[in-house]
Amino acid sequence: MMDLARLTASELQQGFRAKAFHPVDVLRALESRIQSVDPTVQAFLSRDFEAALRRAETADVSLPLGGIPIGIKDVINVKGDPCTCASKILQGYTAPYDATVIERLRAAGAIPFGRLNMDEFAMGSSTENSAFQTTRNPWDTTRIPGGSSGGSAAAVAACEVPAALGSDTGGSIRQPAALCGCVGLKPSYGRVSRYGLVAFASSLDQIGPLARSTRDCALLLNAIAGRDPMDSTSLDQPAEDFAAELGRDLKGIRLGIPKEYFVDGMDPRVKSTIEAAIQQCAEHGAELVELSLPHTEYAVSVYYIIATAEASANLARFDGVRYGRRADQPKDLMDLYVRTREEGFGSEVKRRIILGTYVLSSGYYDAYYLRAQKVRTLIRRDFATAFDKADVIVCPTSPDVAFPIGERTSDPLKMYLADIFTIAANLAGICGISVPCGFVHEGENKLPVGLQFLGKSLAETRLLGIADAYERASGWSKENAPI
Amino acid sequence: MSSPDLNVSHVARLARIALAEEEVTTFQDQLGRVLEHIEHLKKLDVSGVEPTAHTHPIFNVTRQDTPGASISRQAALGLAPRTANNLVIVPKVVE
Repeated sequence: MMDLARLTASELQQGFRAKAFHPVDVLRALESRIQSVDPTVQAFLSRDFEAALRRAETADVSLPLGGIPIGIKDVINVKGDPCTCASKILQGYTAPYDATVIERLRAAGAIPFGRLNMDEFAMGSSTENSAFQTTRNPWDTTRIPGGSSGGSAAAVAACEVPAALGSDTGGSIRQPAALCGCVGLKPSYGRVSRYGLVAFASSLDQIGPLARSTRDCALLLNAIAGRDPMDSTSLDQPAEDFAAELGRDLKGIRLGIPKEYFVDGMDPRVKSTIEAAIQQCAEHGAELVELSLPHTEYAVSVYYIIATAEASANLARFDGVRYGRRADQPKDLMDLYVRTREEGFGSEVKRRIILGTYVLSSGYYDAYYLRAQKVRTLIRRDFATAFDKADVIVCPTSPDVAFPIGERTSDPLKMYLADIFTIAANLAGICGISVPCGFVHEGENKLPVGLQFLGKSLAETRLLGIADAYERASGWSKENAPI
Repeated sequence: MSSPDLNVSHVARLARIALAEEEVTTFQDQLGRVLEHIEHLKKLDVSGVEPTAHTHPIFNVTRQDTPGASISRQAALGLAPRTANNLVIVPKVVE
Protein backbone atom coordinates (compact mmCIF):
# COMPACT_ATOMS: atom_id res chain seq x y z
CA MET A 1 0.00 0.00 0.00
CA MET A 2 1.11 3.52 -0.78
CA ASP A 3 2.69 5.34 2.20
CA LEU A 4 0.72 8.59 2.26
CA ALA A 5 3.20 10.21 4.65
CA ARG A 6 5.89 10.12 1.97
CA LEU A 7 3.94 12.03 -0.67
CA THR A 8 4.75 15.64 -1.51
CA ALA A 9 2.15 18.39 -1.21
CA SER A 10 1.66 18.38 -5.01
CA GLU A 11 1.13 14.61 -5.01
CA LEU A 12 -1.38 14.94 -2.17
CA GLN A 13 -3.24 17.63 -4.09
CA GLN A 14 -3.52 15.33 -7.14
CA GLY A 15 -4.57 12.36 -5.03
CA PHE A 16 -7.25 14.35 -3.21
CA ARG A 17 -8.70 15.65 -6.43
CA ALA A 18 -8.65 12.19 -8.05
CA LYS A 19 -10.36 10.87 -4.90
CA ALA A 20 -7.57 8.30 -4.51
CA PHE A 21 -7.51 9.14 -0.79
CA HIS A 22 -8.96 11.72 1.58
CA PRO A 23 -7.26 14.39 3.75
CA VAL A 24 -8.33 12.39 6.82
CA ASP A 25 -6.35 9.36 5.57
CA VAL A 26 -3.30 11.55 5.09
CA LEU A 27 -3.53 13.18 8.50
CA ARG A 28 -3.89 9.77 10.15
CA ALA A 29 -0.87 8.48 8.22
CA LEU A 30 1.18 11.49 9.32
CA GLU A 31 0.09 11.13 12.94
CA SER A 32 1.09 7.49 12.90
CA ARG A 33 4.42 8.39 11.32
CA ILE A 34 5.01 11.09 13.97
CA GLN A 35 4.22 8.63 16.74
CA SER A 36 6.77 6.20 15.38
CA VAL A 37 9.68 8.55 14.52
CA ASP A 38 9.26 11.70 16.57
CA PRO A 39 10.33 10.18 19.90
CA THR A 40 13.72 9.98 18.13
CA VAL A 41 13.64 13.06 15.84
CA GLN A 42 11.92 15.36 18.37
CA ALA A 43 10.84 17.91 15.79
CA PHE A 44 7.42 18.64 17.34
CA LEU A 45 7.03 20.70 20.49
CA SER A 46 3.28 20.08 20.47
CA ARG A 47 0.41 19.29 18.12
CA ASP A 48 -3.37 19.05 18.29
CA PHE A 49 -4.25 16.02 16.18
CA GLU A 50 -7.97 16.09 16.98
CA ALA A 51 -8.36 19.74 15.93
CA ALA A 52 -6.45 19.05 12.71
CA LEU A 53 -8.61 15.99 12.08
CA ARG A 54 -11.78 18.07 12.30
CA ARG A 55 -10.39 20.43 9.68
CA ALA A 56 -9.36 17.49 7.48
CA GLU A 57 -12.89 16.08 7.61
CA THR A 58 -14.33 19.24 6.06
CA ALA A 59 -11.38 20.19 3.84
CA ASP A 60 -12.19 21.69 0.45
CA VAL A 61 -9.75 19.92 -1.87
CA SER A 62 -10.59 22.22 -4.77
CA LEU A 63 -8.57 24.94 -3.02
CA PRO A 64 -4.85 25.28 -3.94
CA LEU A 65 -3.63 23.63 -0.71
CA GLY A 66 -6.95 22.00 0.23
CA GLY A 67 -6.51 19.40 2.98
CA ILE A 68 -2.70 19.61 3.09
CA PRO A 69 -1.23 19.65 6.62
CA ILE A 70 1.56 22.20 7.10
CA GLY A 71 3.90 22.16 10.12
CA ILE A 72 4.52 25.55 11.72
CA LYS A 73 7.73 26.81 13.30
CA ASP A 74 7.02 27.77 16.91
CA VAL A 75 7.70 31.46 16.17
CA ILE A 76 4.53 32.04 14.10
CA ASN A 77 1.21 32.71 15.89
CA VAL A 78 -1.64 30.26 15.24
CA LYS A 79 -4.77 31.22 17.15
CA GLY A 80 -5.38 28.89 20.09
CA ASP A 81 -2.02 27.11 19.75
CA PRO A 82 1.03 27.62 21.99
CA CYS A 83 3.71 29.93 20.55
CA THR A 84 6.77 29.61 22.78
CA CYS A 85 9.61 30.43 20.36
CA ALA A 86 11.24 27.47 22.17
CA SER A 87 11.77 29.80 25.13
CA LYS A 88 10.88 29.40 28.79
CA ILE A 89 9.83 33.05 28.82
CA LEU A 90 6.79 32.19 26.64
CA GLN A 91 5.97 28.86 28.26
CA GLY A 92 2.19 28.68 28.73
CA TYR A 93 1.47 31.44 26.20
CA THR A 94 -1.42 30.77 23.81
CA ALA A 95 -1.61 32.82 20.62
CA PRO A 96 -4.69 35.07 20.59
CA TYR A 97 -4.65 35.60 16.82
CA ASP A 98 -3.51 34.11 13.52
CA ALA A 99 -0.42 35.44 11.78
CA THR A 100 -1.23 36.71 8.27
CA VAL A 101 0.58 33.70 6.72
CA ILE A 102 -1.68 31.39 8.75
CA GLU A 103 -4.84 33.22 7.64
CA ARG A 104 -3.61 32.86 4.07
CA LEU A 105 -2.75 29.16 4.46
CA ARG A 106 -6.24 28.56 5.85
CA ALA A 107 -7.80 30.54 2.98
CA ALA A 108 -5.90 28.26 0.59
CA GLY A 109 -7.38 25.24 2.35
CA ALA A 110 -4.24 24.10 4.22
CA ILE A 111 -4.31 22.71 7.76
CA PRO A 112 -1.73 24.25 10.11
CA PHE A 113 -0.54 21.22 12.10
CA GLY A 114 1.84 21.18 15.03
CA ARG A 115 4.46 23.45 16.56
CA LEU A 116 7.98 22.77 15.35
CA ASN A 117 11.13 23.11 17.43
CA MET A 118 13.70 25.82 16.80
CA ASP A 119 16.58 27.68 18.37
CA GLU A 120 15.18 29.94 21.08
CA PHE A 121 13.80 33.08 19.36
CA ALA A 122 15.40 31.79 16.11
CA MET A 123 18.88 32.53 17.45
CA GLY A 124 21.18 29.73 16.40
CA SER A 125 22.23 27.41 13.60
CA SER A 126 21.69 23.99 15.17
CA THR A 127 18.37 24.02 17.11
CA GLU A 128 20.46 23.18 20.20
CA ASN A 129 19.39 26.50 21.71
CA SER A 130 15.80 25.28 22.21
CA ALA A 131 14.85 25.47 25.89
CA PHE A 132 12.81 22.29 25.55
CA GLN A 133 14.36 19.53 23.46
CA THR A 134 17.14 18.56 21.07
CA THR A 135 15.92 17.88 17.54
CA ARG A 136 17.91 15.26 15.64
CA ASN A 137 18.88 15.03 12.00
CA PRO A 138 16.80 12.29 10.31
CA TRP A 139 19.84 11.23 8.24
CA ASP A 140 21.98 10.63 11.35
CA THR A 141 20.27 11.04 14.70
CA THR A 142 23.54 11.77 16.53
CA ARG A 143 23.78 15.03 14.55
CA ILE A 144 22.08 18.42 14.58
CA PRO A 145 19.38 19.25 11.99
CA GLY A 146 20.73 22.78 11.47
CA GLY A 147 18.84 25.85 12.58
CA SER A 148 17.14 27.84 13.54
CA SER A 149 14.20 26.16 11.71
CA GLY A 150 15.63 22.74 12.62
CA GLY A 151 12.29 21.29 13.69
CA SER A 152 10.69 22.35 10.40
CA ALA A 153 13.50 20.82 8.31
CA ALA A 154 13.69 17.60 10.35
CA ALA A 155 9.90 17.10 10.27
CA VAL A 156 9.81 17.53 6.48
CA ALA A 157 12.87 15.31 5.93
CA ALA A 158 11.47 12.58 8.22
CA CYS A 159 8.12 12.68 6.33
CA GLU A 160 6.21 13.80 9.46
CA VAL A 161 4.65 16.61 7.39
CA PRO A 162 4.78 17.24 3.62
CA ALA A 163 5.81 20.86 4.16
CA ALA A 164 6.39 23.42 6.88
CA LEU A 165 6.81 27.13 7.44
CA GLY A 166 10.07 28.45 8.83
CA SER A 167 11.61 31.87 9.24
CA ASP A 168 14.96 33.03 7.87
CA THR A 169 16.90 35.92 9.41
CA GLY A 170 20.42 34.83 8.41
CA GLY A 171 19.88 31.43 6.81
CA SER A 172 17.47 29.79 9.25
CA ILE A 173 15.37 28.19 6.47
CA ARG A 174 18.07 27.43 3.90
CA GLN A 175 20.77 26.00 6.20
CA PRO A 176 18.58 23.41 8.00
CA ALA A 177 16.98 22.52 4.64
CA ALA A 178 20.50 21.84 3.31
CA LEU A 179 21.57 19.81 6.34
CA CYS A 180 18.35 17.73 6.33
CA GLY A 181 18.22 17.21 2.55
CA CYS A 182 15.05 19.15 1.77
CA VAL A 183 14.20 22.32 -0.14
CA GLY A 184 13.97 25.65 1.70
CA LEU A 185 13.06 29.06 0.27
CA LYS A 186 13.79 32.47 1.77
CA PRO A 187 11.61 34.95 -0.10
CA SER A 188 12.81 38.49 -0.82
CA TYR A 189 12.42 40.93 2.05
CA GLY A 190 8.88 42.31 1.93
CA ARG A 191 7.45 39.47 -0.17
CA VAL A 192 5.68 37.82 2.78
CA SER A 193 3.95 39.57 5.68
CA ARG A 194 5.73 39.34 9.02
CA TYR A 195 2.56 40.10 10.99
CA GLY A 196 2.28 37.41 13.65
CA LEU A 197 5.90 36.31 13.31
CA VAL A 198 7.59 36.96 16.65
CA ALA A 199 10.24 39.51 15.65
CA PHE A 200 13.96 38.76 15.96
CA ALA A 201 15.62 41.23 13.56
CA SER A 202 12.87 43.13 11.76
CA SER A 203 14.93 44.35 8.79
CA LEU A 204 16.11 40.79 8.02
CA ASP A 205 13.30 38.36 9.03
CA GLN A 206 11.23 36.62 6.35
CA ILE A 207 8.84 33.67 6.58
CA GLY A 208 9.23 30.97 3.95
CA PRO A 209 8.42 27.34 3.10
CA LEU A 210 10.38 24.10 3.55
CA ALA A 211 9.26 21.05 1.55
CA ARG A 212 10.51 17.97 -0.28
CA SER A 213 10.35 19.63 -3.70
CA THR A 214 10.82 23.04 -5.28
CA ARG A 215 7.32 22.76 -6.74
CA ASP A 216 5.85 22.51 -3.25
CA CYS A 217 7.77 25.60 -2.14
CA ALA A 218 6.25 27.49 -5.08
CA LEU A 219 2.73 26.31 -4.13
CA LEU A 220 3.22 27.50 -0.54
CA LEU A 221 4.67 30.83 -1.63
CA ASN A 222 1.65 31.35 -3.89
CA ALA A 223 -0.54 31.00 -0.80
CA ILE A 224 1.40 33.21 1.65
CA ALA A 225 2.91 36.03 -0.45
CA GLY A 226 1.54 39.52 -0.92
CA ARG A 227 1.00 42.92 0.58
CA ASP A 228 -0.58 43.02 4.03
CA PRO A 229 -1.90 46.22 5.62
CA MET A 230 -0.76 44.80 8.98
CA ASP A 231 2.92 44.84 7.88
CA SER A 232 3.99 48.18 6.46
CA THR A 233 7.23 46.62 5.13
CA SER A 234 5.34 44.12 2.97
CA LEU A 235 5.56 45.12 -0.68
CA ASP A 236 2.68 45.89 -2.99
CA GLN A 237 3.43 43.80 -6.07
CA PRO A 238 1.22 42.64 -8.93
CA ALA A 239 -0.19 39.14 -8.41
CA GLU A 240 2.21 36.52 -9.70
CA ASP A 241 2.16 32.74 -10.16
CA PHE A 242 5.43 31.57 -8.59
CA ALA A 243 4.97 28.18 -10.27
CA ALA A 244 5.00 29.80 -13.74
CA GLU A 245 8.59 28.76 -14.59
CA LEU A 246 8.48 25.27 -13.08
CA GLY A 247 9.32 22.70 -15.76
CA ARG A 248 11.74 24.97 -17.60
CA ASP A 249 15.31 23.92 -18.41
CA LEU A 250 18.72 25.45 -17.69
CA LYS A 251 19.58 26.35 -21.30
CA GLY A 252 21.02 29.83 -21.60
CA ILE A 253 20.72 30.57 -17.89
CA ARG A 254 23.70 32.62 -16.68
CA LEU A 255 24.82 31.10 -13.35
CA GLY A 256 27.08 33.43 -11.39
CA ILE A 257 29.79 31.77 -9.32
CA PRO A 258 31.17 34.11 -6.66
CA LYS A 259 34.86 33.36 -6.15
CA GLU A 260 34.68 34.43 -2.48
CA TYR A 261 32.32 31.52 -1.77
CA PHE A 262 34.83 28.87 -2.74
CA VAL A 263 37.61 29.49 -0.30
CA ASP A 264 39.59 27.39 2.15
CA GLY A 265 37.92 26.47 5.39
CA MET A 266 34.95 24.66 3.98
CA ASP A 267 34.66 20.89 4.17
CA PRO A 268 36.49 19.70 1.01
CA ARG A 269 33.85 17.01 0.52
CA VAL A 270 31.13 19.69 0.48
CA LYS A 271 33.20 21.76 -1.93
CA SER A 272 33.63 18.90 -4.41
CA THR A 273 29.92 18.01 -4.17
CA ILE A 274 28.98 21.61 -4.97
CA GLU A 275 31.47 21.79 -7.83
CA ALA A 276 30.04 18.60 -9.32
CA ALA A 277 26.51 20.02 -9.04
CA ILE A 278 27.56 23.21 -10.83
CA GLN A 279 29.20 21.15 -13.58
CA GLN A 280 25.94 19.26 -13.96
CA CYS A 281 24.13 22.59 -14.44
CA ALA A 282 26.62 23.44 -17.19
CA GLU A 283 26.03 20.06 -18.86
CA HIS A 284 22.33 20.93 -18.92
CA GLY A 285 23.01 24.14 -20.82
CA ALA A 286 23.66 26.74 -18.11
CA GLU A 287 26.38 29.28 -18.82
CA LEU A 288 28.83 29.62 -15.93
CA VAL A 289 29.94 33.18 -15.15
CA GLU A 290 32.68 33.82 -12.62
CA LEU A 291 32.06 36.92 -10.56
CA SER A 292 33.05 38.63 -7.36
CA LEU A 293 31.16 39.70 -4.23
CA PRO A 294 34.11 41.59 -2.73
CA HIS A 295 32.57 42.40 0.67
CA THR A 296 31.64 38.81 1.52
CA GLU A 297 34.21 38.58 4.31
CA TYR A 298 32.45 41.37 6.20
CA ALA A 299 28.94 39.91 6.03
CA VAL A 300 29.08 37.90 9.25
CA SER A 301 30.33 40.89 11.25
CA VAL A 302 27.72 43.23 9.79
CA TYR A 303 25.02 40.66 10.48
CA TYR A 304 25.96 40.06 14.10
CA ILE A 305 25.88 43.81 14.75
CA ILE A 306 22.60 44.57 12.96
CA ALA A 307 20.74 41.40 13.98
CA THR A 308 21.70 41.66 17.65
CA ALA A 309 20.95 45.39 17.76
CA GLU A 310 17.46 44.81 16.37
CA ALA A 311 16.98 41.79 18.65
CA SER A 312 17.91 43.77 21.75
CA ALA A 313 15.11 46.21 20.93
CA ASN A 314 12.56 43.58 19.82
CA LEU A 315 13.07 41.37 22.84
CA ALA A 316 12.59 44.25 25.28
CA ARG A 317 8.87 43.38 25.15
CA PHE A 318 9.49 40.19 27.14
CA ASP A 319 9.46 41.83 30.54
CA GLY A 320 7.04 39.66 32.54
CA VAL A 321 4.29 42.28 32.56
CA ARG A 322 1.69 41.59 29.86
CA TYR A 323 2.26 37.95 28.85
CA GLY A 324 4.55 35.00 29.34
CA ARG A 325 6.59 34.14 32.38
CA ARG A 326 7.03 36.37 35.43
CA ALA A 327 9.57 35.86 38.24
CA ASP A 328 8.09 34.95 41.64
CA GLN A 329 7.78 37.50 44.44
CA PRO A 330 9.47 40.49 42.76
CA LYS A 331 10.49 43.08 45.32
CA ASP A 332 10.10 45.97 42.87
CA LEU A 333 9.57 46.57 39.17
CA MET A 334 13.29 46.46 38.32
CA ASP A 335 13.63 43.16 40.17
CA LEU A 336 10.65 41.83 38.20
CA TYR A 337 12.32 42.75 34.89
CA VAL A 338 15.83 41.51 35.59
CA ARG A 339 14.86 38.22 37.21
CA THR A 340 12.08 37.42 34.71
CA ARG A 341 14.60 37.89 31.90
CA GLU A 342 17.38 36.03 33.72
CA GLU A 343 15.12 33.01 34.34
CA GLY A 344 13.23 33.18 31.04
CA PHE A 345 16.01 33.58 28.44
CA GLY A 346 18.66 30.99 27.58
CA SER A 347 22.37 31.76 27.19
CA GLU A 348 22.44 32.51 23.46
CA VAL A 349 19.53 34.94 23.72
CA LYS A 350 21.17 36.74 26.65
CA ARG A 351 24.48 36.86 24.78
CA ARG A 352 22.86 38.44 21.73
CA ILE A 353 20.78 40.93 23.70
CA ILE A 354 23.93 42.03 25.50
CA LEU A 355 25.92 42.36 22.28
CA GLY A 356 23.03 44.26 20.65
CA THR A 357 22.63 46.57 23.62
CA TYR A 358 26.37 47.25 23.60
CA VAL A 359 26.61 48.14 19.89
CA LEU A 360 23.68 50.54 20.28
CA SER A 361 24.90 52.11 23.51
CA SER A 362 25.95 55.71 23.77
CA GLY A 363 29.49 56.23 22.46
CA TYR A 364 29.58 53.00 20.45
CA TYR A 365 26.65 53.50 18.05
CA ASP A 366 28.68 55.14 15.27
CA ALA A 367 31.60 52.74 15.55
CA TYR A 368 29.47 49.62 15.36
CA TYR A 369 25.84 50.02 14.30
CA LEU A 370 26.14 52.93 11.88
CA ARG A 371 29.31 51.50 10.33
CA ALA A 372 27.62 48.11 9.93
CA GLN A 373 24.68 49.75 8.16
CA LYS A 374 27.10 51.42 5.75
CA VAL A 375 28.90 48.17 5.02
CA ARG A 376 25.45 46.65 4.48
CA THR A 377 25.06 49.15 1.63
CA LEU A 378 28.35 47.92 0.12
CA ILE A 379 27.12 44.32 0.34
CA ARG A 380 23.86 45.28 -1.42
CA ARG A 381 25.86 46.98 -4.17
CA ASP A 382 27.98 43.83 -4.63
CA PHE A 383 24.81 41.90 -5.44
CA ALA A 384 23.41 44.62 -7.70
CA THR A 385 26.63 44.47 -9.77
CA ALA A 386 26.64 40.66 -9.75
CA PHE A 387 23.07 40.45 -11.06
CA ASP A 388 24.07 42.55 -14.08
CA LYS A 389 26.23 39.62 -15.14
CA ALA A 390 24.20 36.65 -13.96
CA ASP A 391 20.54 35.57 -13.76
CA VAL A 392 21.12 33.81 -10.46
CA ILE A 393 24.10 33.13 -8.23
CA VAL A 394 24.97 29.54 -7.36
CA CYS A 395 27.00 28.61 -4.27
CA PRO A 396 27.03 26.31 -1.24
CA THR A 397 24.35 26.78 1.42
CA SER A 398 26.63 25.74 4.29
CA PRO A 399 30.39 25.17 4.44
CA ASP A 400 29.80 21.95 6.42
CA VAL A 401 27.50 18.98 6.66
CA ALA A 402 25.49 18.41 9.86
CA PHE A 403 27.85 18.21 12.83
CA PRO A 404 27.54 16.05 15.97
CA ILE A 405 25.22 17.35 18.71
CA GLY A 406 27.19 19.33 21.30
CA GLU A 407 30.29 19.87 19.13
CA ARG A 408 30.06 23.68 18.83
CA THR A 409 27.90 24.83 21.73
CA SER A 410 30.81 26.33 23.66
CA ASP A 411 32.18 28.36 20.74
CA PRO A 412 29.62 30.96 19.56
CA LEU A 413 32.05 32.64 17.14
CA LYS A 414 32.67 29.37 15.30
CA MET A 415 28.89 28.81 15.11
CA TYR A 416 28.39 32.36 13.74
CA LEU A 417 31.13 32.02 11.08
CA ALA A 418 29.39 28.96 9.60
CA ASP A 419 26.52 31.25 8.49
CA ILE A 420 28.84 32.90 5.94
CA PHE A 421 27.02 31.72 2.77
CA THR A 422 23.46 32.53 3.83
CA ILE A 423 23.71 35.81 5.73
CA ALA A 424 24.41 38.15 2.82
CA ALA A 425 21.04 37.39 1.18
CA ASN A 426 19.24 38.71 4.25
CA LEU A 427 21.43 41.80 4.42
CA ALA A 428 20.75 42.51 0.74
CA GLY A 429 17.03 41.63 0.91
CA ILE A 430 17.26 39.22 -2.03
CA CYS A 431 15.68 35.75 -2.35
CA GLY A 432 17.46 32.41 -1.98
CA ILE A 433 16.72 28.71 -2.09
CA SER A 434 18.58 25.60 -0.99
CA VAL A 435 18.05 22.34 -2.88
CA PRO A 436 19.64 18.93 -2.19
CA CYS A 437 22.68 18.28 -4.42
CA GLY A 438 24.25 15.09 -3.10
CA PHE A 439 25.75 13.48 -0.04
CA VAL A 440 28.91 13.22 1.96
CA HIS A 441 29.55 9.74 3.33
CA GLU A 442 30.39 9.62 7.00
CA GLY A 443 30.84 6.05 8.21
CA GLU A 444 27.64 4.23 7.33
CA ASN A 445 25.62 7.42 7.06
CA LYS A 446 24.95 9.72 4.16
CA LEU A 447 24.80 13.40 5.09
CA PRO A 448 22.99 15.77 2.70
CA VAL A 449 24.64 18.75 1.00
CA GLY A 450 22.61 21.76 -0.12
CA LEU A 451 23.13 23.85 -3.27
CA GLN A 452 22.05 27.46 -2.91
CA PHE A 453 20.65 29.63 -5.68
CA LEU A 454 20.33 33.36 -4.97
CA GLY A 455 18.09 35.58 -7.07
CA LYS A 456 17.62 39.30 -7.24
CA SER A 457 14.93 40.88 -5.14
CA LEU A 458 11.41 39.81 -6.18
CA ALA A 459 12.74 37.31 -8.74
CA GLU A 460 11.30 34.26 -6.95
CA THR A 461 9.51 32.93 -10.06
CA ARG A 462 12.78 32.74 -12.01
CA LEU A 463 14.67 31.41 -8.95
CA LEU A 464 12.13 28.62 -8.39
CA GLY A 465 12.17 27.73 -12.10
CA ILE A 466 15.94 27.34 -12.08
CA ALA A 467 15.98 25.39 -8.79
CA ASP A 468 13.27 23.09 -10.17
CA ALA A 469 15.25 22.56 -13.37
CA TYR A 470 18.30 21.55 -11.33
CA GLU A 471 16.21 19.34 -9.07
CA ARG A 472 14.74 17.42 -11.99
CA ALA A 473 18.11 17.14 -13.74
CA SER A 474 19.80 15.77 -10.62
CA GLY A 475 17.01 13.76 -8.98
CA TRP A 476 18.50 14.27 -5.51
CA SER A 477 15.36 15.42 -3.77
CA LYS A 478 13.75 12.03 -4.46
CA GLU A 479 15.94 10.43 -1.77
CA ASN A 480 14.30 10.03 1.63
CA ALA A 481 16.05 9.98 4.99
CA PRO A 482 16.66 6.45 6.29
CA ILE A 483 14.62 6.93 9.48
CA MET B 1 40.81 37.68 24.98
CA SER B 2 38.31 40.26 26.15
CA SER B 3 37.50 43.67 24.77
CA PRO B 4 38.67 46.41 27.16
CA ASP B 5 35.58 48.50 26.42
CA LEU B 6 32.93 45.87 27.01
CA ASN B 7 31.70 45.73 30.60
CA VAL B 8 29.22 42.85 30.52
CA SER B 9 27.73 43.58 33.96
CA HIS B 10 27.05 47.19 33.02
CA VAL B 11 25.48 46.32 29.65
CA ALA B 12 23.38 43.56 31.26
CA ARG B 13 21.97 46.18 33.62
CA LEU B 14 21.10 48.39 30.65
CA ALA B 15 19.40 45.39 29.03
CA ARG B 16 17.50 44.58 32.25
CA ILE B 17 18.93 41.08 32.60
CA ALA B 18 20.40 39.72 35.84
CA LEU B 19 23.44 37.49 35.22
CA ALA B 20 25.20 34.97 37.45
CA GLU B 21 28.91 35.72 38.14
CA GLU B 22 29.86 32.72 36.03
CA GLU B 23 27.83 33.97 33.06
CA VAL B 24 29.47 37.40 33.28
CA THR B 25 32.91 35.78 32.95
CA THR B 26 31.86 33.47 30.11
CA PHE B 27 30.11 36.24 28.15
CA GLN B 28 33.02 38.64 28.69
CA ASP B 29 35.34 36.13 27.06
CA GLN B 30 32.98 34.98 24.27
CA LEU B 31 31.72 38.44 23.31
CA GLY B 32 35.26 39.80 23.57
CA ARG B 33 36.26 37.39 20.84
CA VAL B 34 33.24 38.32 18.72
CA LEU B 35 34.09 42.04 19.07
CA GLU B 36 37.69 41.32 18.18
CA HIS B 37 36.49 39.60 15.00
CA ILE B 38 34.22 42.55 14.17
CA GLU B 39 37.18 44.96 14.36
CA HIS B 40 38.03 44.24 10.70
CA LEU B 41 35.06 46.42 9.66
CA LYS B 42 37.16 49.41 10.67
CA LYS B 43 39.57 48.72 7.80
CA LEU B 44 36.90 49.61 5.25
CA ASP B 45 36.53 53.12 3.92
CA VAL B 46 32.83 53.94 4.29
CA SER B 47 33.07 57.69 3.82
CA GLY B 48 30.23 58.92 1.63
CA VAL B 49 28.37 55.61 1.88
CA GLU B 50 24.71 55.88 2.89
CA PRO B 51 23.63 53.49 5.66
CA THR B 52 21.02 50.81 4.85
CA ALA B 53 18.30 50.48 7.47
CA HIS B 54 15.91 48.57 5.22
CA THR B 55 16.61 46.99 1.86
CA HIS B 56 13.45 48.45 0.33
CA PRO B 57 13.13 51.98 1.59
CA ILE B 58 9.42 52.57 2.14
CA PHE B 59 8.28 55.89 3.55
CA ASN B 60 5.07 57.23 5.02
CA VAL B 61 2.91 54.15 4.79
CA THR B 62 -0.62 55.26 5.55
CA ARG B 63 -4.04 53.66 5.52
CA GLN B 64 -7.65 54.73 5.99
CA ASP B 65 -8.40 55.37 9.65
CA THR B 66 -11.24 52.87 9.83
CA PRO B 67 -12.05 50.87 12.97
CA GLY B 68 -11.74 47.11 12.66
CA ALA B 69 -11.84 43.97 14.75
CA SER B 70 -9.17 43.57 17.41
CA ILE B 71 -8.25 41.25 20.26
CA SER B 72 -10.81 41.56 23.05
CA ARG B 73 -9.79 43.06 26.38
CA GLN B 74 -10.58 39.76 28.04
CA ALA B 75 -8.34 37.79 25.65
CA ALA B 76 -5.47 40.23 26.10
CA LEU B 77 -5.74 40.32 29.89
CA GLY B 78 -6.05 36.52 29.92
CA LEU B 79 -2.40 36.34 28.82
CA ALA B 80 -1.03 38.49 31.66
CA PRO B 81 0.65 36.84 34.65
CA ARG B 82 -1.37 38.97 37.15
CA THR B 83 -4.51 41.03 36.67
CA ALA B 84 -7.20 42.67 38.77
CA ASN B 85 -10.07 45.03 37.96
CA ASN B 86 -9.38 44.74 34.22
CA LEU B 87 -5.79 45.91 34.77
CA VAL B 88 -2.38 44.27 34.59
CA ILE B 89 -0.84 44.23 38.07
CA VAL B 90 2.86 45.02 38.63
CA PRO B 91 4.81 45.81 41.81
CA LYS B 92 4.15 49.27 43.19
CA VAL B 93 6.06 51.95 41.23
CA VAL B 94 4.78 55.14 42.86
CA GLU B 95 4.95 55.69 46.64
